[in-house]
Amino acid sequence: MKKYILKRLFISIITIWLIATCCFFLLRTLPGNPFATQQLLSVEMQQRMMSYYGLDRPLIEQYFTFMKNLLHGDFGSSLKYTGQSVNGIIASTFPVSAQLGLQSYLISFPIGILFGIIAARHRGRPIDYSLVAFSVLGVSVPVFVLASLLQYTFAIKLGLFPVALWSSMKHTILPTLTLAIGSIASKTRLMRTLMLEVITEDYVKTAKAKGLPTWKIVWNHQIRNAIIPMIPSLGMEIVSILMGSFVVEQIFSIPGIGAYFVNSVRSLDYTMTLGLTVFLGVFVVSANFIIDLIYGLVDPRIRVTK
Amino acid sequence: MKEHLLEVRDLRVSFDTYAGEVQAVRGVNFYLDSGETLAIVGESGCGKSVSVQTMMRLLPMPPARLKSGEIIYEGKDIAPLTDKEMENYRGKEFAMIFQDSMTSLNPTMRVGNQMCEGIVRHRKVSKEEARKIAVDMLGQVGIPNPEAAFRRYPHTMSGGQRQRVMIAMALSCNPKILIADEPTTALDVTMQAQILDIMNRLKDIHHTAIILITHDLGVVAQMADRIAVMYAGEIMESGDARQVFYQPSHPYTWGLLGAMPNLIQDVKSQLYTIPGTPPDLYAPPVGCPFAARCEYAMEACLKEEPPEFAVEGGHTSRCWLLDPRAPQVTPPEGIPALKKGGNDHE
Repeated sequence: MKKYILKRLFISIITIWLIATCCFFLLRTLPGNPFATQQLLSVEMQQRMMSYYGLDRPLIEQYFTFMKNLLHGDFGSSLKYTGQSVNGIIASTFPVSAQLGLQSYLISFPIGILFGIIAARHRGRPIDYSLVAFSVLGVSVPVFVLASLLQYTFAIKLGLFPVALWSSMKHTILPTLTLAIGSIASKTRLMRTLMLEVITEDYVKTAKAKGLPTWKIVWNHQIRNAIIPMIPSLGMEIVSILMGSFVVEQIFSIPGIGAYFVNSVRSLDYTMTLGLTVFLGVFVVSANFIIDLIYGLVDPRIRVTK
Repeated sequence: MKEHLLEVRDLRVSFDTYAGEVQAVRGVNFYLDSGETLAIVGESGCGKSVSVQTMMRLLPMPPARLKSGEIIYEGKDIAPLTDKEMENYRGKEFAMIFQDSMTSLNPTMRVGNQMCEGIVRHRKVSKEEARKIAVDMLGQVGIPNPEAAFRRYPHTMSGGQRQRVMIAMALSCNPKILIADEPTTALDVTMQAQILDIMNRLKDIHHTAIILITHDLGVVAQMADRIAVMYAGEIMESGDARQVFYQPSHPYTWGLLGAMPNLIQDVKSQLYTIPGTPPDLYAPPVGCPFAARCEYAMEACLKEEPPEFAVEGGHTSRCWLLDPRAPQVTPPEGIPALKKGGNDHE
């Protein structure tokens, strides 16, 4: 087990290094420079800015500087948001995105699983059809439509929640719901399919032949086996949830990390894009690592042994 | 009339599919006395499994549907019971082992816990006592180091061991009837012999009756007290193992016995097969379902279904050849001659 963890750790570090390196060079192959868009700056001024940030040095030298700083956990300062460090921006925006993501996840995971189980247990009956209809709708309605719909109904017509912004618990409810509904829908579909597969398994028949009550068969023999294929996707999902949703954050004017990410790429804010990508990379890699360990807990067949 | 432990009368089961009704079991009668082994033999799709799974109420309904029939267990018809009431019979009165031991155990649960579930449910004992019973049963089926096996996961065991676990699990609540649905099909021959041996031994210790479903006549010879030969959802011939093996009276049984390869056979000679395929159960034939494949078929066979003719002492057969009006036929080489049952049919 120890050996496995060490091995995984080593692979993880290599992965993150690869992400950082590829991203660094890919970004620099993009045409233009970060200051070209600001028309107020003269060519001379641009040159001075470039040399101030060290962007006029040889690329390879810049790479080593970037790597050295990265080792110290320093992502550098933003080229666009003058005077702000990338670390500072992450520190202030990430918690917001993470809260939004976690809230919606905590709602969508249990409800999605539950809906999936209910639909599968009542296959071909009205409740199954309604849940399937809901999930098809939930998956296919774009998030911005859903968001506006919720804003219109609950904020404008009913006045129950604020339309936008992020300052109290009440503000978080509509964006959380927006994110959760799509996620519930996709989980319902997935869990329903997985449950239907498991229901016909031989061991379910064995359990039934033992005379166990239905709830016990469902709980002990069906759910645990059905949920296994969902686990690997969990890692990516947690990441996408924590890194925020650009669209939802825009619509509700939430100061999350999503907008910074998208804008940094658009405006060639090298340090910001790199910083956020590496941050995200670390997250993906560690989430997958943890998921792999959890996987073994649920499915003894792939449990890591010495 | 003596009361049997289990008696199944006129069992009819159909599956409702989009293509129509599949009549999987079409009027099956059999009985089982305590402590005996009844073998139900027949080729794939003849309704063997469906019959016993209907008894256990294991088939998903719908699509399966019990059209008619009585399942009398200890004098009580259990066919009309609700699913909830059946839970008290399953595992406790009847237990079942399945064909594929590799998939019959839950891969995510320890073997011992899977055994204890049933024990706690039916024997109303504490977890610790259930554990003791389970470990004891694992020992009885010959699993080395049962204490350790209790904590193992199914994937760490071989097919033979898993089938032993299945037997241990099935017998842990002292059921009166053990239903074994092709228990040795997925095992190699040596393992097969051991598993059959364990079943025979435990049957004597626990006084369990066994319904053995198989298409392997070798297994039947080793285990069965009585045999029922099924074909196209009906029992064609039934009787004592001795009677069916040594005085088979139905051409289908002749075919089955003739198709059994043996060691003295000339290497170059072709293995015997029954020509044709079983009838389509969407639209079963009017007369005898075997008529189309039977080399002795007469006109009557195509028109009317044969009744059950009594051959002798509990040996019955559904074949018009047993009618006194039928011509004398000689069964294929190596199969004993036909005994006319006379006209004492029902």
